[in-house]
Amino acid sequence: MSDKTTPLFEKHQDLGARCAPFAGWQMPIQYKGIIAEHEWTRSSCSVFDICHMGEFMVRGDKAAAGLVSILTASLENMNPGQCRYGFMLNERGGVIDDVVTYRLNEADWMLVVNAGTRAKDLDHLKAGLEAVKGVEIEDVSDRTGKIDVQGPVSLDVLTPHVDPPIVFLGYYTFIKTKFDGMDVIISRTGYTGELGYEIYCDSRDIVKIWKTLIADERVMPAGLGARDTLRLEMGYPLYGHELDEEHTPLEAGLERFLNWDKEFIGKPALLKQKAAKVREQLVCFACESRRSPRHGFELTAEGRRVGKVTSGSFSPSLGQGIGMGYVEEKFSADNTVLDIEGERFSLACRVRPRPFYGNGSARKKF
Amino acid sequence: MNIPEDLLYTKEHEWIRIEGADICRMGITDHAQAALGDITFVDLPADGSDCGQFKQFAIVESVKAASDVFAPLSGTIVGSNTELTSNPELVNQSPYDKGWFCLIKFSDEKEKEKLFSPADYRKYLEETAH
Repeated sequence: MSDKTTPLFEKHQDLGARCAPFAGWQMPIQYKGIIAEHEWTRSSCSVFDICHMGEFMVRGDKAAAGLVSILTASLENMNPGQCRYGFMLNERGGVIDDVVTYRLNEADWMLVVNAGTRAKDLDHLKAGLEAVKGVEIEDVSDRTGKIDVQGPVSLDVLTPHVDPPIVFLGYYTFIKTKFDGMDVIISRTGYTGELGYEIYCDSRDIVKIWKTLIADERVMPAGLGARDTLRLEMGYPLYGHELDEEHTPLEAGLERFLNWDKEFIGKPALLKQKAAKVREQLVCFACESRRSPRHGFELTAEGRRVGKVTSGSFSPSLGQGIGMGYVEEKFSADNTVLDIEGERFSLACRVRPRPFYGNGSARKKF
Repeated sequence: MNIPEDLLYTKEHEWIRIEGADICRMGITDHAQAALGDITFVDLPADGSDCGQFKQFAIVESVKAASDVFAPLSGTIVGSNTELTSNPELVNQSPYDKGWFCLIKFSDEKEKEKLFSPADYRKYLEETAH
């Protein structure tokens, strides 16, 4: 099966992007270079083609009641214009996907899901919503374009094109607005730790919006390579790495995205795990050199294997190797020394609090 | 692609420059640095250690991956580019000059016959390009 391409694929080729398969899509990994794109996002503004991600519309008077039991986030107290991060879990409390839920109206919701999990997410949602009559779910991914605009000057870049304005948007809120007259949803969300916005549009409009944005000299395109180093510096999890069906949000240290005051799929298993104490814990760790830990490397302590690296890279902001991984709970405290024993090297690491990078502009107030 | 005329090359995209009767300087080619992307770490062999022709003896890391580097000739390491410890990006910026890896005192003159001339390396790159 050949990889799918986004409506911006030709634009990426014109820009000389290096593309590679990601979750069934041929996606730009880098244009100028990962480090240059990373630094540009931290200091100015980058645009990312995120069309591969999935969007589902869920509609109906009972939609809220149905979604509440499938998603871990607090949905019942959300107002239209708010979005919220949470999980869909299996019965064992393992993560089927991490999802951002947008409340468009009282009875209209949009769920943004990962590209690689889109099909199973839809099945899971349909099965869960079946019991609730009159709820409609539609996968609109193929006709929805998505561009992430991220960086400290992203508001200045977008403002001249957007009416009604977005300056009033707080972190994790959104509006339906127009970009140069085209209907879009813009949320103040992102995956970089910087002030940023995600634009959802009709996929037929996306080339126009992309061209307008990159014509601004403050804006550069950035690929999935920089997206990964940026999110890793923030300690944000990536599905398939830190999150999977074998690990729970408790093990991933993401309990704050669980609403215990309601029933949801997976809750009984999580309560049990919480009472018994987790076996493994996701940690962030930094290396004592520029050498990078890599996905799959074993983490050792006291001369034995105690865990595994889920993500690792060189951190452009810190100038050293950083990573995340699951370790036995007793080795998860800050400053715990962990070792990676490679075939040809050993690498000392130290557990540290997240984020790695603390100067992000994501929550800047206006 | 920059392929200087005064160097010899390997299939694994290393270069050598003969700098004395039995001394050569080595590094990775312009093609290699471009393919790897931003280089973030170089693990060089220790001075005095031995290396065997086409055997792994160094590691170069980019943001996305770690790659093996192979010795173009057999011999002993007699010096390495310590600048790369703090500035590995020199390999991207200047692969044939400031981004050199190490000096090898080579032990078998004849091994040079197994290396590519600049013309052969260019041809090899063209043939292996997809």
